[in-house]
Amino acid sequence: MAVELRAGTAVSVRERSTLVRFLWHPGAAFSVGFLALVVVAALAAPVLPLHNPIVEYYPHLFQGPGSASFPLGTDDLGRDLLSRMVYGARTTLLGVGEALAVFLALGVPLGLVSGFVGGALDSLVMWVADLSYSTPQIVVVLAILSIYSQNETAAMLAVGVLGSFGLTRIVRGSTIAVKNEQYVAAARVSGLSWGRITVRHVLPRIAGPIIVQASLFSSLALLFQTGLEFLGLATHPPAPSWGSMIAEAAQFIVRDPWMIVPPGAIIALTITALGLLGDRVRDVYAERWAPGGVVALGRTRERHQAAPAVVAPSRAAEEDPTSGEAAVRTPALLEVAGLAVVLESRRAEIPVVENVSFELEKRGALGMVGESGCGKTMTVSALLGLLPSGARRRAGSILFDGEALHHYGEKELSRTRGSKIGLISQEPVASLDPNFTVGSQVAEVVRRHRGLSRAEARSVTLELLDMVRLPDPSRVYRRYPHELSGGMAQRVAIAASLAGRPKLLVADEPTTALDVTTQAEIIALLRSLQDELGLSIILISHNWGLVANLCDRVVVMYAGQVVEMGTTVDVFTAPRHPYTAGLLASDPHLVSRADRLRALPGSVPEIGQWPEGCHFAPRCPYAIQACIDAPIAEQRVGAGHAVRCIQHERLVLERPA
Amino acid sequence: MLRSVGRRLLLSVPLLLGVTFLTFLLEALTPGNEALAILGTSADPQQVAALSKRLGLNLPFYVQYWHWLDGVIHGHLGNSAVTGVPVATTLNSHLAVTLWLIGGALVMSAVIGITFGVISALRGGVLGRIVDVVSLGGLAIPTFWLGYLLVLLVAVKLRWLPAVGYVSIGSSLGGWARSLVLPVFTLGVGGVALVAKQTRDAMLDVLSREFIRSLRAWGLASRSIVLKHAMRAALPNVVTLMGLYVVSLLLGTAVVETVFALPGLGSEVVLATSQHDLRVIDGASLYFTLIVVVVFTAADLLTAWLNPRIRSGR
Repeated sequence: MAVELRAGTAVSVRERSTLVRFLWHPGAAFSVGFLALVVVAALAAPVLPLHNPIVEYYPHLFQGPGSASFPLGTDDLGRDLLSRMVYGARTTLLGVGEALAVFLALGVPLGLVSGFVGGALDSLVMWVADLSYSTPQIVVVLAILSIYSQNETAAMLAVGVLGSFGLTRIVRGSTIAVKNEQYVAAARVSGLSWGRITVRHVLPRIAGPIIVQASLFSSLALLFQTGLEFLGLATHPPAPSWGSMIAEAAQFIVRDPWMIVPPGAIIALTITALGLLGDRVRDVYAERWAPGGVVALGRTRERHQAAPAVVAPSRAAEEDPTSGEAAVRTPALLEVAGLAVVLESRRAEIPVVENVSFELEKRGALGMVGESGCGKTMTVSALLGLLPSGARRRAGSILFDGEALHHYGEKELSRTRGSKIGLISQEPVASLDPNFTVGSQVAEVVRRHRGLSRAEARSVTLELLDMVRLPDPSRVYRRYPHELSGGMAQRVAIAASLAGRPKLLVADEPTTALDVTTQAEIIALLRSLQDELGLSIILISHNWGLVANLCDRVVVMYAGQVVEMGTTVDVFTAPRHPYTAGLLASDPHLVSRADRLRALPGSVPEIGQWPEGCHFAPRCPYAIQACIDAPIAEQRVGAGHAVRCIQHERLVLERPA
Repeated sequence: MLRSVGRRLLLSVPLLLGVTFLTFLLEALTPGNEALAILGTSADPQQVAALSKRLGLNLPFYVQYWHWLDGVIHGHLGNSAVTGVPVATTLNSHLAVTLWLIGGALVMSAVIGITFGVISALRGGVLGRIVDVVSLGGLAIPTFWLGYLLVLLVAVKLRWLPAVGYVSIGSSLGGWARSLVLPVFTLGVGGVALVAKQTRDAMLDVLSREFIRSLRAWGLASRSIVLKHAMRAALPNVVTLMGLYVVSLLLGTAVVETVFALPGLGSEVVLATSQHDLRVIDGASLYFTLIVVVVFTAADLLTAWLNPRIRSGR
């Protein structure tokens, strides 16, 4: 019950702001206003000061617009066009309304039942829906009209019935999605009936898609209705309707072109209004139900706008903790300094990476660890210029092999990618184009970087596939990604990443999706490639074992910041940040079952909700007031070992020997 | 691949039977209508009854349907109640115009719609905005209104193209093309808008997928990523939409044929509707449904061919 209650209040709190946001938009305001005006005018036509729409004011034929008594002019028989348009709306909108009523009355319940019940009923409904899609509506409607002459009600009811299966399908899909969500499952367990679950949880959730579909259907029905009126199949002259007004005007189009303008314009405007309405509902809905939606981010906006500005200058001036050791090490291949990445929403910038600095030497391997949502992927994406849309590098420099990547535009960055820095990602199969053979994909990359002929590219590709230890490369060449195992797909992805002979390979959790044996093989492969090709590697991983196996240095990230960095040995044996210690203690690969009780409590704060002081303070057993008050600076604690913690001495003291 | 076509054909038979049966069922709800239509509403009731009997209209409608089906298999669709001409002859002579219109509108909406959709997905600026507005407008403007505006502007004022009428492809290729430009354009504008919208949505969806990020990380040129890889992944959605679009085009052809006075299936069936010429409507429902079946099968084949999962025979 508690779960259900929480979900309920969340919706009602958001309700008002959604409606306000919906109308706070020129398109939505126009469409709602316009549609309301048309409907009210149509309903109130008899009491409005209008001429009788079928009375012929004899001498005033083909009168253009602008006169006081006929604002929109008159037609070929001297009838008032404005009045015919308003009265015509009654006929036209009635037809649309009838179709819409049937559309909703059939589509919604059928979709709900089909989604909830499933099984044979569901299959039957979906089969009928398939049939209805392919049924030419015009055939059914004309058959009806040939029997029930001029009976637009019968015709539009049929249009509603045929259209309703499209809605059924959408409602069914949403119902199934909602049905499987946790809070609905919880409500079910707590004994709520299907009826109440539908009213409380499902309907509010699918209201958006239904409104979108209804507005789409209304515009189709309007076109259908006016089309039938135009063809003279649905109305009795001289009674006006929008479609028949166009047919009447068409006869005199050369003599009086104006006549055709008002009815056409009102149809076009009504459909535009319906379209805008549907688009707006869809957009607002998408924002509202998006995971970690903009709404949630929006509330905490003000607090975080200021935070990075306070933090950044002091950090920029901060001494680089590793600079002292630079002389004794080989020169760096990659130097990242003060990197900051923000997510841009309409009015605010939300930091996702703050002041990240690290170095990587030639042939070195750097591990990046930290829980999901700590900014590791964002950091490496920034190196490659592959930040997702909405994210932007706000500050910081990236020096790679003497080149200042942070000054590069998209064009230069795209030349850097693959030829200087390669990337392999978490989901091996999803990272390959499903529609091309893996060989042709790798060959395309080879050709791009080395400018070879097709035949040459093919043989280079086969060499690459062989180099990543794929058995029988020429067979693998012809395979599609879905025909490969995760491990094979990851090898192909590595081959493609190496096609341009990069100096640095970024591996973003390359083994997360793979089984344990394959994980070890991929890491062994990376290790041998590092030796053979003289590669540098950045390995992002949750698995300390893999990091220890491959990397000589480690960067630990938490909530957008580097909290500790040092040699793998130092960090492993003497972690100085409580977060690092907690991560090590909770790694299932490293500790015995009993020790796992020491696992980290709580979870990483959501982006946009980071504390002003130490980001880790809320979860930290050592936190004191000073940790919460102000941002924490990095401190050097040993050769090449730095930590963002003012309590690091206590951690050393309290460690059991 | 065979499986997906087989599935479509399995759906097609019930569709053809269902639509034609539905047509008969609806017609059967008011027996005697057809005889009345032939003899006129002021006819003597005895005459009406006699004619009904002669035409077999007194039989239960499923028997009538069975007879009709039997005829269809032998190539007979009955005779028009109004003109007495065999229905198949009438419809065949009107089929070409409608097929040209549908084909033209499909090609136009595919070429322009996909181009617009891709531009709109990639560009947020002025160009993208213009494409969005055109897409919205294309859906909102009623076909018949646009048709008359074009007739007024292009044919009457500028005299570039003929206003109405059809020239068969056999008599004059140039005349044929000139007679179809305005109708096809009128019919296709809505399709351009639909396809552009669908293409944009599908492209935006594909461009956010993981493999696009990989292709970028490997350093491929954005031209290849967009036009080769993303397009290929987005196309099946567009093809499916175009199949559905043809179903909605059928009313459009009736309207456009009426506006431009073209002798097509649509205008013929509208005429038959106002004359209660039921056999023509039965025949037209068969023709229209067949067109839909052919288009859907083609769309399925194309989608299956575009998808290696289906193509490689799994």
